[in-house]
Amino acid sequence: MIRVVLPAHLRTLARVDGEVTLDVAGPATQRSVLDALEVRYPALRGTIRDQVTHQRRAFLRFFACEQDLTHEPPDAPLPDAVAKGSEPFLVVGAMAGG
Amino acid sequence: MSSVRVLVGTRKGAFVLTSDGTRERWDVSGPHFGGWEIYHLKASPADPNRLYASQSSSWFGQVIQRSNDGGKTWEPAGNKFVYDGVPGTHLWYDGTPRPWEFTRVWHLEPALTDPDTVYAGIQDAALFRSTDGGRSWQELPGLRGHASAPLWQPGAGGMCLHTILLDPSHPGRIFIAISAAGVFRSDDAGKTWRPMNRGLKSEGIPDPTAEVGHCVHRIAMHRSRPDVLFMQKHWDVMRSDDAGESWHEISGNLPTDFGFPIDVHAHEPNTIYVVPIKSDSEHYLPEGKLRVYRSRTGGHEWEALTNGLPQRDCYVNVLRDAMAVDTLEPCGVYFGTSGGQVYVSADAGDRWAPIVRDLPSVVSVEVQTLP
Repeated sequence: MIRVVLPAHLRTLARVDGEVTLDVAGPATQRSVLDALEVRYPALRGTIRDQVTHQRRAFLRFFACEQDLTHEPPDAPLPDAVAKGSEPFLVVGAMAGG
Repeated sequence: MSSVRVLVGTRKGAFVLTSDGTRERWDVSGPHFGGWEIYHLKASPADPNRLYASQSSSWFGQVIQRSNDGGKTWEPAGNKFVYDGVPGTHLWYDGTPRPWEFTRVWHLEPALTDPDTVYAGIQDAALFRSTDGGRSWQELPGLRGHASAPLWQPGAGGMCLHTILLDPSHPGRIFIAISAAGVFRSDDAGKTWRPMNRGLKSEGIPDPTAEVGHCVHRIAMHRSRPDVLFMQKHWDVMRSDDAGESWHEISGNLPTDFGFPIDVHAHEPNTIYVVPIKSDSEHYLPEGKLRVYRSRTGGHEWEALTNGLPQRDCYVNVLRDAMAVDTLEPCGVYFGTSGGQVYVSADAGDRWAPIVRDLPSVVSVEVQTLP
């Protein structure tokens, strides 16, 4: 079970409160987690990454276990603590704008 | 008794303002989609409960929302806008080629007879259509396939397709306007397009009378007389009497002919409204006075409408999609400002009153007249 923390606007869009939990088939990677997230919550398609290229949107970052994973390859394994569900995978909106 | 529903898009959410036909007391609902930019909301003429909204943010991109109950509840629809084929390039501000890139939906135009068909004008400029209630979107590629498209350049707000007019008398005829390419018309439901800019003169481009390249801010028509079009250009208020084939200036005695919105009275096809703005480098009202100008003669002769509007220390702007008219008698006129006010006149512009004073900056205003 993977835990994902979404920014407030995306929680509203997905109509969820608090953390999201996902079953991810195979190794837990950025790609597999986001794939599972978008299958579970289709309204989030295109809001975190481009729907065609799957490129991350510029003002979003990915954190976990007090590390910035934003620029890790999308198929790199996430930390064990994320894969085991003891730590969440965080999708974070940049602190910019108003 | 008839009622009206005003759909307001702002920089930080959508608001729905409702009143009975007197248009004196208002209920305000919102913010819907709080914190997101709502460039436009519009209802289907074929089903007044079917609304579409363009919701976007720099962080999370584009979302299209759809309501089937007049805006009480909303559901996300499709937001996949992919250009047809290899997008190619247009010109950037400095004249260098730049690949077409989707940014946001500026304008949603539901079809006249089918609530599931809706057109979207996007940035970078292209026209998309959905025939399944917004679930999926397809580009009408003939527009961007026009030979002039590689030479189109953005206006200050981006290269946006901001106006879509569906001709009620000629099936298949569509007018669109792009900043800063100009007006195009299709007579075959969007397959092929022709520029419609003859008569326009723009000092900011190398050839002031070029076939394309004009920063058209808005065009409007009266549905009873669709061959007559009115235009607010970057500078100049213009009129066409031949469905866009040629244009002539009708700025007349306006204090300035720079502005963004233009609209037509619901029952008088020769009565039009504009809100003059000081200049292209000073996007606020001249003399600190909020004045709507009305022409009852189809242009040239304009009168300032000021009753109920601030006449000192007012420096707001009124954007291109932020004016609308209802179809009650007398005709109601509405507009929203960058200062968050939405004003109504229930008597065609003679007297004005604020519906709300303190919304976020208003981007768009549409109105529905309900039975």
